Amino acid sequence: MRLFRRQALPGFGLTLGLVLSWLTLIVLLPMAALVLKSASIGPQEFWAAATSPRALAAYRVTFGSAALAGLVNLVFGTLLAWVLVRYRFPGRAVVDALVDLPFALPTAVAGITLTALYAGNGPLGRWIEAAGWKVAYTPSGIVVALIFVSLPFIVRSVQPVLEALEADIEEAAATLGAGRLTVLRKVILPALWPAILAGFALAFARAIGEYGSVIFIAGNMPMVSEIAPLLIVAKRDLRDYGGASAIAVVMLVASFTALLAINLVQLWLVRRRSAKAGR
Amino acid sequence: MHAFLRILALAVALAATPTAAADLSLLNVSYDPTRELYREVNAAFAAQWKQAHGDTLTIRQSHGGSGKQARSVIDGLQADVVTLALSYDIDGLHENGNLVPADWQQRLPDNSAPYTSTIVFLVRKGNPKQLKDWDDLVREDVRVITPNPKTSGGARWNYLAAWGQAKRKSGSDEAAREFVSRLYRNVPVLDTGARGATTTFVERGQGDVLLAWENEALLALHSIGRGNFEIVVPSVSILAEPTVSIVDQVVDRRGTRAVAEAYLRFLYTRQGQEIAARHHYRPRDAEVAARHAADFPALELFTVDAAFGGWHRAHQDHFADGASFDRIYVPAR
Repeated sequence: MRLFRRQALPGFGLTLGLVLSWLTLIVLLPMAALVLKSASIGPQEFWAAATSPRALAAYRVTFGSAALAGLVNLVFGTLLAWVLVRYRFPGRAVVDALVDLPFALPTAVAGITLTALYAGNGPLGRWIEAAGWKVAYTPSGIVVALIFVSLPFIVRSVQPVLEALEADIEEAAATLGAGRLTVLRKVILPALWPAILAGFALAFARAIGEYGSVIFIAGNMPMVSEIAPLLIVAKRDLRDYGGASAIAVVMLVASFTALLAINLVQLWLVRRRSAKAGR
Repeated sequence: MHAFLRILALAVALAATPTAAADLSLLNVSYDPTRELYREVNAAFAAQWKQAHGDTLTIRQSHGGSGKQARSVIDGLQADVVTLALSYDIDGLHENGNLVPADWQQRLPDNSAPYTSTIVFLVRKGNPKQLKDWDDLVREDVRVITPNPKTSGGARWNYLAAWGQAKRKSGSDEAAREFVSRLYRNVPVLDTGARGATTTFVERGQGDVLLAWENEALLALHSIGRGNFEIVVPSVSILAEPTVSIVDQVVDRRGTRAVAEAYLRFLYTRQGQEIAARHHYRPRDAEVAARHAADFPALELFTVDAAFGGWHRAHQDHFADGASFDRIYVPAR
């Protein structure tokens, strides 16, 4: 029995083989090494390391602030993409380039800069703390850092889709009597959702793994503002390689599950949309 | 990261392969605050070596958190000598890959710690909170800056200093645990390393007091924060002994054992001790110490070996998973 249908385009076997070997080398091999390392400790030890109260608190902080940062970017990143695509204004190219800056900036630099800004004696922190709120050295600081590093993902996912979305459709809807809100709700957002979700998934994934910028601004208090990647580094520094990889495996599985769920929702949205369009 | 280190190690090893007998090189893998110290030591020793042997000696130095540096060497960084913050990190080189023999610490005088330091308080100018000794640090109105002992070797000295003095005063581990718990409840930020904690205190204006190595505090006093800070020396503190060793597997492979050993011995000479004192480390040599007595106030000092039964015990009792440091934040069930 043939495993694959014959492809019209030649070279399928060769390219698939190449891609699979490459993926194995770059992605699967390190993951396998990680899982193997975590297997070096017994299941009981693994469970104890992966579910200690500090680890549980760290997962909450990590996934919670990554989701929060993703949601903030979902709103403002989409808005930013909208402005960049739909309006022409002086300095637009500069704004467009600025969006990519968090990609390029070393994250430690971002962390140090944000901390200097938001600390009690910083230009922003001074006002924030006068108002009775604290950002630097609290969980809020983590969210601020994550919003910064994950912003480009949503903008860059939504932008091309918006560009492909003809303004004609909106105009047609308007001539048919739809108000602006209805156009947004019924025409634009349904077309954008898959891209927004894809961007959210990327931003979320990026934020979960973020270390460099967060440790400077977080305060790193156990049970409060300690992120899981820091816990992994701390364990490694004390040469507890097994415990470190146990937490890493939990992070890996949780991230994969979250990404898979987001992708499934996205797939469902696309299917529903094309089913509707087909009617 | 490991792969990167291997490549780096390979590059260093290749660059270091002697082309002529007269060209020698050493890699000294050290911890963060010794950068300036070893720059001067390296220049002095290279000059001396050239005079005695005629060889041109290049000494490279690498700096980072002590635990991370030890791990880099375990992972393959070709260090001829390591000069780290605590003997526990060099013990790791023996336990992981047998890079040094078990008795490495007995090979040089004074537990292989050619210079020492201690833990002191750095406070803001005028000492606004009037902090005089350890007991003032657990007052409710005081905020203390110290890094996380899990990620910072330097911070482990801070932790043990606080514990040790409380135990000396009260005689019981329970009272010491209570004191240290209260102290860490006053810590608003746990940086991952000593340099990060110094930045948090000096530049971000966090906290009333920074627990610091004396050499770091003196450096901060003389450079970044001139006139803005003061040092408070407590009545009793810990004797911090940063240790040094050659890495046997590396020097034997590279044929640098003789020069590496001479390099470490140089640290114990009058000249080496003088350089250490100038960089705010307490010299072992009595005569050099007498000359710098004004810089290093006398205080009662206890060692990790005497107060905690060595680093391995200290690690098990305080820094391992679920040990005393963890219990401050997560009470034992």
